[in-house]
Amino acid sequence: MRNERSTEEIALGIRRRVFEHSIRNNGGYLSQACSAAEQLAWLYNEELDLGAPTLPMIPRPFAGVPALGNDAYRTGAGYNGPARPEFDRLFIAPAHYALVAYATLIEVGRMAPEGLLMFNKDGSSVEMIGAEHSPGMEVHNGTLGIGLSTAAGLAWGRKRRGEPGRTWVFMSDGEVQEGQTWEAIAAASHHRIDNLYAIMDVNRQQCDGAMASVMDVGDISAKIEQFGGVAVSVDAHKLDQIREAVKTPHRGKPLIIIANSSPFRGMPSLQLRFPGLHYVRFKSEEERSRMNKEIARSLRVDPVAYEGMH
Amino acid sequence: MVELVSRPYARAFEAYATQYPNEILCLSADLTSSCEIDGFRDRHPEQFLSLGMAEQNMMSFAGGLGLAGYRPFVHTFGVFMYRRPYDQLMASIAYPRRKVRLMGFLPGVTTPGGMTHQSIEDISVMRSIPNMTILECGDATEVESICEAADSIDGPVWCRVLRGSVPRLFDTPIKVGEIRVLSEGADVLVVTSGICTEEALRARAAFAKAGLSIRHLHLHTIKPFDAATLLDHVHSVTHGVVTLENHVTEGGIGSLAAEVMAEAGVGKRLMRLGLRDTYAHGGSRPYLMRYYGLDALALVKGIESLLGEEFDITEDDLDTARVEDIHSLVKAEAL
Repeated sequence: MRNERSTEEIALGIRRRVFEHSIRNNGGYLSQACSAAEQLAWLYNEELDLGAPTLPMIPRPFAGVPALGNDAYRTGAGYNGPARPEFDRLFIAPAHYALVAYATLIEVGRMAPEGLLMFNKDGSSVEMIGAEHSPGMEVHNGTLGIGLSTAAGLAWGRKRRGEPGRTWVFMSDGEVQEGQTWEAIAAASHHRIDNLYAIMDVNRQQCDGAMASVMDVGDISAKIEQFGGVAVSVDAHKLDQIREAVKTPHRGKPLIIIANSSPFRGMPSLQLRFPGLHYVRFKSEEERSRMNKEIARSLRVDPVAYEGMH
Repeated sequence: MVELVSRPYARAFEAYATQYPNEILCLSADLTSSCEIDGFRDRHPEQFLSLGMAEQNMMSFAGGLGLAGYRPFVHTFGVFMYRRPYDQLMASIAYPRRKVRLMGFLPGVTTPGGMTHQSIEDISVMRSIPNMTILECGDATEVESICEAADSIDGPVWCRVLRGSVPRLFDTPIKVGEIRVLSEGADVLVVTSGICTEEALRARAAFAKAGLSIRHLHLHTIKPFDAATLLDHVHSVTHGVVTLENHVTEGGIGSLAAEVMAEAGVGKRLMRLGLRDTYAHGGSRPYLMRYYGLDALALVKGIESLLGEEFDITEDDLDTARVEDIHSLVKAEAL
């Protein structure tokens, strides 16, 4: 299933949707849209081989957690199409990127825009931290560092069965502070899991601020190579570099694209918020109003008409 | 003298897993011979995955294999499978109800490895995890049948597995959910699990000699639990209930009995025996069971305390405890 719009247009659409949502709700994961828009747009619009969605365009409400007897339970994977052998799978490892991932689903026609109105509303499956049952999600990743391991297991299992589909993980750089990430890369290398792919949004930010100030992780690419993976470093906002990177030979090893990104890309006004970029909640009506006008101008849209605006 | 079976898990796992070469996988975290799956690794490498000393990855990886449609049997010492990778156990295995079979070796004080090696609170932890099933082996027959029993569960299963020389106490396999009734006396109800069942059996003759009529239940299925059947047995005795477990008394089968009795408003006394809010240290199994009050003599004392009466049962009245050589050839190392 391919979208007819360009990946650049979709990336812009993602930023615009997350911007609109964040202004309307007086906060949101804005910087993640800035850093990851091209990566998610590229995955969904070009790279992933996915079938048509199997779940309704307007997400169903929360239908309970997995439990014996809860036959109504479904993961949100159906928004990425059916889990057939020939299709790719995608995990969003940093589950707090959910807002950006949902915006992507809308932009590529896999979810209705109404889905985003349900974001973080009681009784909704469109949760703030993407859950297994949230649109586009297949496993829980809210605890950082478990995504790559889970994907490695799935990929190994699919390879053993001769399935041609790849298993992809959208990762974040903060996750490399978790030791499990390195365990996963070592295991994937040892077991030659080369149908495992990841693209890592290296925006150098984490909850407390800049990673360099919280706990510096050094040269991520070099470490990945040392642990037995293949790492290719690109500018996260240059699609041609990403398109080339995925062609890198990686026989017997997982391929991890290191997407060096800017947490302000497309919304330069956000620089004023550094280093508090993890979740941008406006500190005053004045700031909200000013960001609304400035970011709208940067994204070439009208300012958002929100309740109580000045 | 009780029959001792050498390495029952090794044979049982291989016999079972090889029936499902495309569904069952054997995962190990650098304790392959210690978990008696070295022979399986050598003979069936295509079903074996070595994941190294990296339990966090192993648990999520197993979750991924479950998502891919496999039924992984994860092998390591029980303690290494929930303390460090608890988050992964929750998010990657328990929540999504993956059919992962967690084969936890060296339950409680069955290892001289001390605190870091002894899983003394695992049942408490597992009982509080939604979607988890808990099985525990008490003899060689249960070890031989635990793979099939665990694999019959539609979801994750925590198993307390015995290795090395294991006594044969039962002649029927584990039937998940059932309670074994080992004697049907009318004075006191004794509820045991795991290696403590053998201890209770050691005291059987002494109790009979003392004129005590014991009703003895053995639990191999701890979750889900047949509360109604336990209550029937509680109602069938005059005096009260004593539980004995290779586990802390908080959250294990003693707590389970307490919850069942309290919820039903049973006005009988309950004495919970096990590790009493304490860690253990390293030592032989008989030494540790004596030191921490998990053995036959501890059960005698517990029943005496419950009844407020002494029966003059001494060590000499109890059947001989088995003394295992720490450096036995049936074990990969002295742990």
